[in-house]
Amino acid sequence: MRRRTWLTSLTIYTALASIVFIFLLPVLMMVSGSLKPDARVLVDAGSVAGFIPTQMSTQNYQDVLTRVPFMRYLFNSTLITSTIVLCGLLVNSLAGYAFARLRWPGRDRLLLAVIALMIIPLEAIAVPLFYQVTLLGWRNTYLVQIVPFIANAFSIYLFYSFFLGLPKELEEAARIDGAGPLRIFFSIVVPNARPVFATVAILTFLTQWGSLLWPLMVTHSEAVRPLPLGIAAFYTLPPLQWGDIFAFGVMMVVPVLLVFILFQRWFVRGVATTGLKG
Amino acid sequence: MTNQLQRQDRIVARVFVLPALAGLLCFVLLPFALAVILSLTNLRLGSPLAIEFIGIEQYRRIFTDTAFLHALTNNMLFALIVVPLQTGLALSLALLINQPLRGMVVFRTLFFMPVVFPLSLVSVIWVLLLAPGAQGLFNNLLEFLSLGVWQSRDFLHDTAWALPAIALTSVWQGVGFQMVILLAALQSVPQELYEAASVDGANKRQQLLYITLPQLRNALVFVVLVTTILAFRLFDQVQIMTQGGPQYATTTVMYEAVNAAFASQQVAKAAAMTVVFFVIVLLLTLLQRQLLKQERVVE
Repeated sequence: MRRRTWLTSLTIYTALASIVFIFLLPVLMMVSGSLKPDARVLVDAGSVAGFIPTQMSTQNYQDVLTRVPFMRYLFNSTLITSTIVLCGLLVNSLAGYAFARLRWPGRDRLLLAVIALMIIPLEAIAVPLFYQVTLLGWRNTYLVQIVPFIANAFSIYLFYSFFLGLPKELEEAARIDGAGPLRIFFSIVVPNARPVFATVAILTFLTQWGSLLWPLMVTHSEAVRPLPLGIAAFYTLPPLQWGDIFAFGVMMVVPVLLVFILFQRWFVRGVATTGLKG
Repeated sequence: MTNQLQRQDRIVARVFVLPALAGLLCFVLLPFALAVILSLTNLRLGSPLAIEFIGIEQYRRIFTDTAFLHALTNNMLFALIVVPLQTGLALSLALLINQPLRGMVVFRTLFFMPVVFPLSLVSVIWVLLLAPGAQGLFNNLLEFLSLGVWQSRDFLHDTAWALPAIALTSVWQGVGFQMVILLAALQSVPQELYEAASVDGANKRQQLLYITLPQLRNALVFVVLVTTILAFRLFDQVQIMTQGGPQYATTTVMYEAVNAAFASQQVAKAAAMTVVFFVIVLLLTLLQRQLLKQERVVE
């Protein structure tokens, strides 16, 4: 291979840096707008000044907290998302393990059924599901936003394929020593399967944290609504104050960004695995 | 002993799969069957009429419903704009980042960042970027680039521009996702292929055309079809940026379904729309399987 000169490297870096800069302008506008007085945001928005914090103040952040129940939305989103992620990890990993390792009648046929269910997106069943939860009297609760999303066919499939690839020897040795399947699962399989747990957790978290359609259909009071509905409502709440909206946006995205930066590698790996689907 | 173990296995397996299968049965399979059944009835929430089976009447209604036909066309148009744009952009970024240079992880992270932004938030930010007059960055930029020829437009209230504007918003949010998938595929192309090609005197462009792209075929098929399916799921951006307007210009199948179920309580009609949506997703998935299978046969 020919060695690259420093000039080509410099060109690539400059090109990438400029593309990244243009690409992230909307984020810059949000962050700097959230720190400006409302009147200033609109004056600056059409020009380069929109990306520079021309006047600094935290007034917008205080406004958000007084104008809407932001903390309530944040709490709801956190509660709903974390319950789905944690219960989902348990329920789907156990199922994935039973499909990958245990022998029981009907296993292969049920596995095919689960794989077939993977192609049904929420949108295709949202309407009858809405009708179902209306009959159950579940509307406008946390329950209706959590329970339907715990069991997930794609998560089961990801666990199943990962467990298939684990070496069997450790499990067999433990079994000869008299350990039951439950103990084998928690003390041997789970510690060796951290990557798949991280992948499933992140994919579930991303989908649920941003979910708008379902909570819009089944909730109507601020007490149980999550952040995406919060920002949709705030955006239509007069007077339209962009500084406040951007402050809301920053506060809404910071928790996700923190998780993202901490687990950056897992996020990317998780998304790359979805490429294996199908 | 072995028999006892096998029996234990069977019992434990049932306990392990039960919660997941029960969940899938109640919240995926049952609603899915209900969607088909309900779409054949006249069900309306709160209606005093008894539920009746009326055959394919709802399908006849939605396929003569102006709003729904607009919605279907819009989803297809949206896919036609987003799929080539997003795939092309994602591929270019992936190729650019896949360099043996330090610090590429930083760029990958930055391009991926919008993916973790909820679509609701992204939509709100882009409403301001696309605003008319002096406040709109896009309008000002176009005016500047065209040396003043460009007349400021209200993109989101313009029947010709609203859908492309939403498409641009969606591409910005989603391109990092596709980029990461293509990058992973790029990095699994065997290095020997490139070495052999440079020994044979192939230049960079030939290597791209005859090695990289064929090796990326499966990843590209996947990305294109997933993006197409996503285009048919379009809802959040429309709900926040345009509410389907102006004059049906941005309404979508999901937007119409939610409106029918929710605003006018026409559950049966909405169910018929989601069944049509599912048939489209199913056809796209089968097409993907077929394309990937062909590849395996060729190998």
